[in-house]
Amino acid sequence: MAIPNTVAAAMARCEVKKEYGNFIGGKSVPATKGQTFDNLSPITGQLLCKVARSTAEDVEKALDAAHAAAPAWGRTSATERSNLLNKVADRLEQQLEKFAILETLDNGKPIRETLAADLPLAVDHFRYFASCVRAQEGSIAEVDHQTMAYHFHEPLGVVGQIIPWNFPLLMMAWKLAPALAAGNAVVLKPAEQTPLSAIVFAETMADLLPAGVLNVVNGFGLEAGKPLASSNRIAKIAFTGETTTGRLIMQYASENLIPVTLELGGKSPNIFFPDVMAENDAFFDKALEGFTMFALNQGEVCTCPSRALVHESIYDRFMEKALERVKKVKMGHPLDPATMIGAQASNDQLEKILSYIDIGQKEGAKVLTGGARQVHTGEAAAGYYVQPTVLAGHNKMRVFQEEIFGPVLSVTKFKDYDDAIAIANDTLYGLGAGVWTRNGTLAFKAGKDIKAGRVWTNCYHLYPAHAAFGGYKQSGIGRENHKMMLDHYQQTKNLLVSYDPKAMGFF
Amino acid sequence: MNERVVRVDITPAAAELLRSLQGEHGALVFHQSGGCCDGSAPMCYPAKEFRIGQRDVLLGEVEGTPFFIGAQQFEYWQHTHLTVDVVPGRGAGFSVEGPRGLRFLIRSRLFTDEEYALQQAEPPLHRGPLGS
Repeated sequence: MAIPNTVAAAMARCEVKKEYGNFIGGKSVPATKGQTFDNLSPITGQLLCKVARSTAEDVEKALDAAHAAAPAWGRTSATERSNLLNKVADRLEQQLEKFAILETLDNGKPIRETLAADLPLAVDHFRYFASCVRAQEGSIAEVDHQTMAYHFHEPLGVVGQIIPWNFPLLMMAWKLAPALAAGNAVVLKPAEQTPLSAIVFAETMADLLPAGVLNVVNGFGLEAGKPLASSNRIAKIAFTGETTTGRLIMQYASENLIPVTLELGGKSPNIFFPDVMAENDAFFDKALEGFTMFALNQGEVCTCPSRALVHESIYDRFMEKALERVKKVKMGHPLDPATMIGAQASNDQLEKILSYIDIGQKEGAKVLTGGARQVHTGEAAAGYYVQPTVLAGHNKMRVFQEEIFGPVLSVTKFKDYDDAIAIANDTLYGLGAGVWTRNGTLAFKAGKDIKAGRVWTNCYHLYPAHAAFGGYKQSGIGRENHKMMLDHYQQTKNLLVSYDPKAMGFF
Repeated sequence: MNERVVRVDITPAAAELLRSLQGEHGALVFHQSGGCCDGSAPMCYPAKEFRIGQRDVLLGEVEGTPFFIGAQQFEYWQHTHLTVDVVPGRGAGFSVEGPRGLRFLIRSRLFTDEEYALQQAEPPLHRGPLGS
């Protein structure tokens, strides 16, 4: 069936309800105080649905449900949890188009991305962790001939997760799949910009997951996020967002002495060594696509390759081709399958991005393409759109140092290898990076020298499960997307067992 | 101490919102965020909610509300003057204006040569919690 081409038709296709509650103890419930907030679609700036505006009372109810469910859920076999996660994945896959449309309606991202990336990756994530937990083993150490150390895993219990708005369903899957696989019950708070897909997901899986294992509490950070993050009834908190809130979350966690995992963003360099232009071939074409990846998801990606570092010997020729490629990025209505760049997620995002293009120019950066709000016609006229923008400048400018979280690329030249690495590492963050060269030895050396958790080498923006993702420096704590993530959601139990019948001889 | 070059200002609309939020929450503090999602936006918290770190830099005050930034971030921001503004929107995070459907936003300009020269003669900015 064709994708509906208006917001109203898409809402009808997905049967978007007028109002959504929380999902607690296996069922949909309104907020205790009866309040809701308006959830707008960034495609049009118009109302999509009303959503529960929760408070501490709702968080407590969700924690009650999670604590009631956690002991039995934690004792299920890995096989049982694995099979359930596979069923969740299957159902999500069966409804892939519906969830892709919901995600586009709520976030504003183009339908071609939700269909081809967000949803297939989310489905795969549940399958990956279903497999991981099935194959997970503890270990046995023979401390001495008659003393054995048995190590095995136990769930933490009830965990809190705060989900960002840039990939609402996929970021939920990244956190939820390992937490459930490991045997935890979850209280999850979606971002207030994009609450829809998480609540529909929970309702869709209601007959699969035991009541209380997954609880979704909607509302504002101050009113619902804070009571969750500061609760003494969670055994762990996971957060994706920005640095100041990350500090606040750690501060709350310190009061309760619980672990945190944080993913706090970056300002990722994308380095183009001179040999990318050695031939005009498929590899060079791929490198140009890699340059243009800053526009993926409207630049609202923690690893957006928002700083391009191009060797001075190829700079002019490379930029000519690269700008041609950027100009081919098709702007339009996010529900149009041909659209490559959709709406920014909220009005304040739009305003922030424009304020950065402004300070970039005041600092002397030159606008090579784009540089303004994009106003579409029709129902998208009042939505939040920005032209793919390329700025040329130097690495000390604020547009090179701050995550704009928009389709804004800052480009600079480098002289030699050491200069490239120095510029790449001159940032507070260390989440992602890109290296483009035909020389495998150079790529390896650069990959080792860049202080970032993920160095894409001759590729960018791939997010497969089974490749660890997380940050160095101020980009956060912990790794996602890999079986090691299970460790973030498990205790290690050690049974230290003596098979020696004799006393030790001390007393 | 003589008057410093002002590093942070506030628009009338943001000042009005801030006063209203002070009425609701009491004394407040700004901390400039960085990074993902709502990063690069100023976060506004009840003054005792957020623990100001030993190395956080006090840029100034707006409407009696101190405005801090992380020490490392300050290194990259110190050549710019900031203005706290407000726009309609729905920021995530725990900032107190969120439930109002409004979001504080930073607008920036470069310091002039004259301001820069004056700053060179100023004593260092206060770092760490107030009263310390």
